[in-house]
Amino acid sequence: MRPFRYERADEVSAAVTTLVRDPEAAYLAGGTNLVDLMRLEVVTPELLIDIRRLTSDRIEELPDGGLRIGAAVPNSDLAADPRVRRRYPVLSQALLSGASGQLRNLATTGGNLLQRTRCPYFQDITTACNKRTPGAGCSAMEGYQRDMAILGASPTCVATHPSDMAVALAALDAVVTVAGPASERRIRLTELHRLPEADPERDTVLARGELITGVELPPPHSALRSRYRKVRDRASYAFALISVAAALEVTDGAVRDARIALGGVAHKPWRATTAEATLRGAPATRESFLDAAAAELSAARPLPGNAFKVPLARNTMVATLLELLEEAR
Amino acid sequence: MDLEIELRVDGTEHRLTVDTRTTLLDALREQLGNTSPKKGCDHGQCGACTLLLDGRRVLGCLAPAVAHQGADIVTAAGLADGELHPLQQSFIAHDAFQCGYCTPGQIVSAAGMLQEAGAGWPSAAAKDLGATDVVLDDEEIAERMSGNLCRCAAYANIVPAIAEVAHR
Repeated sequence: MRPFRYERADEVSAAVTTLVRDPEAAYLAGGTNLVDLMRLEVVTPELLIDIRRLTSDRIEELPDGGLRIGAAVPNSDLAADPRVRRRYPVLSQALLSGASGQLRNLATTGGNLLQRTRCPYFQDITTACNKRTPGAGCSAMEGYQRDMAILGASPTCVATHPSDMAVALAALDAVVTVAGPASERRIRLTELHRLPEADPERDTVLARGELITGVELPPPHSALRSRYRKVRDRASYAFALISVAAALEVTDGAVRDARIALGGVAHKPWRATTAEATLRGAPATRESFLDAAAAELSAARPLPGNAFKVPLARNTMVATLLELLEEAR
Repeated sequence: MDLEIELRVDGTEHRLTVDTRTTLLDALREQLGNTSPKKGCDHGQCGACTLLLDGRRVLGCLAPAVAHQGADIVTAAGLADGELHPLQQSFIAHDAFQCGYCTPGQIVSAAGMLQEAGAGWPSAAAKDLGATDVVLDDEEIAERMSGNLCRCAAYANIVPAIAEVAHR
């Protein structure tokens, strides 16, 4: 690991100013991803600004019936919160399906959103990677493709976003609050992460120095049931090949509302708006669910090594929706 | 860059100077001579370095020591209080190891896990996410301990060793 300086920030504005002024500075929260990337020398900051005490570590009720989650809330606390378990089960399940008990105790809400891809080439500095070194090329194009994207990828990058939590938050219409050099701003979770396009080195739309301060959840619809289903290469403690966060509301045998997001398929949590539009008003049946999944995945462009993810995504979407339908009965 | 920090390790206060790159794991093993936590992968993937940090199980290899100034740390060695901790006794009784390298991490992780379950925290194996009483069946124990790998694959004895303590 390269040498670095360490400072603890006392004020958000000072931390933001430091990051804007010093291109070699980086924020440190739980460190569960950053410390490993520094050890691998994938990132080499010269100054770490510890921001864990700058943002709230509490989960608070909002006047509209939603919840505000401070950026420093550990993943384990968020997953165990009785309000989250009762009102947003998909979020609790997504968190519990990710990482391990030890990691969830250290990892924070803000850090979870900003974790980097686990693409093996991104993490190996001896290989070519456009996300790490723009213009270097993408080793995955002729290499290991099992974990790579099937939706929204570009010729420069086929990496996937690793977070489970973010997939649930995408389905829940969460909003991220951000402090920056100018004023605070609010970003819809589905618009926080970006597709790789020609500049895959940028994971998110955040500007230099911007700091996530919290995540807001809109009030849950009383009739909306939600759950998270994750498919991976081992039973626990592995990243998703495919995951589905879904919420479903059924009235008189028809789909009144559906929210679906996919993990393991793209450079960002993939909100399945095409599937949702197909489902709205349709009969709540297996056939409708298959049609909706097919409509969403018609845009899929798999690589030779991950073509299996298209039917796997379809089947996981259908299975999750059928489970929710069963629950509603 | 060197910084001076204080750590309480297994009940004893220490003041030490660490490079900012030093993890809690390395501070314990290399500077304080506490080799109970083991360095397995050093990438947060194996659990051999599991510590209790202010009462919660974490991975020592991913925790910069300078970020945990004043922390209260318990290792597997510190769990024993005059006599062996019930988990340590149970691991011996069930022969829950072969080479033993992952064992301190397994035991500290199990201690943290039992507290989490006692506090009603759910796991991915929960059949009822809203349940406040956690029943630690084998599936629950395996899921909650999935961050601790055993390359000898002594899981068949580790799960019963933890279950016996959990069900007391």
